[in-house]
Amino acid sequence: MIRDLFKETMWSLTGNKVRSGLTILGIVIGIASVITMVAIGQGAQNSINNSIQAIGSNLIIITPGAQRGTAVSAGRGSSQTLTIDDANAIKSQVPSIKGVAPEDSRRYQIIAKGTNTNTQVIGTVPDYATVRNVTIDSGTFITGQQVSGSSRVAVLGPSARDDLFGTGADPIGQSIRIKGVNFTVIGVTVSKGGTGFNNPDDSIYVPLSAAQHYLSGDTFVTTISVAAQDQNSMTAVQQQVTDLLLQRHKISDPTQADFSIMNQSDIIATASSITGTFTMLLSSIAGISLLVGGIGIMNMMLTTVTERTREIGLRKAVGIKKICINLQFLAEAVLLTFFGGAIGVVLGWGASLLVSHFINLTAQVSLSAVLLAFGVSAGVGIIFGFYPARRAAALSPIEALRYE
Amino acid sequence: MIECKNLVKTYKNGDVETTALKGVSFKIEKGEFVSIIGPSGSGKSTLMHILGALDSPTSGEYFLDGREVSKLNDDELSEMRKNKIGFVFQAFNLLPRATVLRNVMLPLLFTSTSPKEREARAREALKYAGMDENKFYNLSNQLSGGQMQRVAIARALINEPAIILADEPTGNLDTKTSHVVMEAFQELHKKGHTIILITHEPEIAAYAERVISVRDGVIEKDEKNKQSL
Repeated sequence: MIRDLFKETMWSLTGNKVRSGLTILGIVIGIASVITMVAIGQGAQNSINNSIQAIGSNLIIITPGAQRGTAVSAGRGSSQTLTIDDANAIKSQVPSIKGVAPEDSRRYQIIAKGTNTNTQVIGTVPDYATVRNVTIDSGTFITGQQVSGSSRVAVLGPSARDDLFGTGADPIGQSIRIKGVNFTVIGVTVSKGGTGFNNPDDSIYVPLSAAQHYLSGDTFVTTISVAAQDQNSMTAVQQQVTDLLLQRHKISDPTQADFSIMNQSDIIATASSITGTFTMLLSSIAGISLLVGGIGIMNMMLTTVTERTREIGLRKAVGIKKICINLQFLAEAVLLTFFGGAIGVVLGWGASLLVSHFINLTAQVSLSAVLLAFGVSAGVGIIFGFYPARRAAALSPIEALRYE
Repeated sequence: MIECKNLVKTYKNGDVETTALKGVSFKIEKGEFVSIIGPSGSGKSTLMHILGALDSPTSGEYFLDGREVSKLNDDELSEMRKNKIGFVFQAFNLLPRATVLRNVMLPLLFTSTSPKEREARAREALKYAGMDENKFYNLSNQLSGGQMQRVAIARALINEPAIILADEPTGNLDTKTSHVVMEAFQELHKKGHTIILITHEPEIAAYAERVISVRDGVIEKDEKNKQSL
């Protein structure tokens, strides 16, 4: 009985290879496209989130305000109002802080062994690595001792290293000249990606004290970066920092503040709304593919069964029971959809891997997408393969045999 | 063997009622070869469907092998067709893309018969129906009309049915092949099978030993065929 069912099903499916093939193809395309689409969408979302995380997590950036005093404003960040003492005060008085990194960054001409380049030199403290997610590839980052001792040591970004010493060279122990002062290279950072003027890869890090003493010659800092403990404490930290600095700078009206504070969650919020739109777009494309695939499967199944009404009539006429005919068509539909579904999942997976390989994006195949695509296709295939066959099997054999 | 008592069949098509059979009664004994003849619209097809347990009469009684068929449900009718009746259709109705053997074995599907026994019985039935052994593995759509009808006859025989019902078996065949097929039916008759043949051609009906003429839903004539070969 079961063996007959299996044999008949296999015979039907292999008997008309074009028909079975087309049905399977419909299912495969439906499932594979949904899986790939969702995988790319999620990959893109992760990649955007990672880029934002690379700037540093839960970051608050404080920059000096505009220089006033004359009628002409020199623009934001031009005044010299922030000091190391401000940074130290934030560190000691504001709770829920992971790290505070004051910096004094300017662009200088750098010379090393006959080559030279113009890049950003960031004078800072060891906390900078934590606050801005800088990791060391070889050597060490700036230590507290080097900051207090104003040591003339430098840590290179990978692009700065490539420009000065050649791609992939080991510059540790070599010396570079910044503004005529010799600095010894003690480390190279891991590449973070990114381009433009504030490219973290094209930077040179030196101790803050050394930057102030040998390079800028003043006691001000250009930026203070503060990392909050976690996302939830960001607002509180930002408020406390603002209050503290207003109090320290003796300003009573917050609108007259001589500094400005930028919050990373603003960036994240913008980015989230972008990725949200992006996910919506991809989900709707995936939904449409699923719909189209579903209609294709439905169409194929309906034609197949209609085409075979006479065969169903014949089977009934020779005395095969309704239930056996129903079971056979159900088995055919189940087999087709599962076979097609399996190929579709493998193909979708493969396509996602291919996409990850060729464009710089880690596509992530999600189980829910696989289940959804498989479930919808299988559901459509089985319902539209089984239901018309059931109806045909319920017809009287004469009507079914006469069916054209 | 077969007994019909006052069979009536009414079809409803919307508001229009058509009575295809208006009270038909007859008996057919075991081993008889009977033709049911009549022009189209005479009700002979309806009669054949009822005799073949493909349809139920609106009223009246139909006994086949001592069982009343008119009161059975769908699955019981299937069982009846499987065990008691072998069909030969005008359009052959073979499974395309299936071998001759597979077609003949079709009625044995979902029964407890072993695959070996099925094939043995199919081979036997095919030889019995006069089918050439080297065509057993041909696909059914590669056969000639006469060969297809022989396969259909073998299929009808495989369950050793009580009656063989042939509905215009020569309708799709040329004259020469028609006579070959009819001779095959006469062979079966000589071997003791009960055969009911439905046709509208008097010369085909003439192969039977008894001819029942149907017209406008009633039996017009029921007579022994004296020239029966």
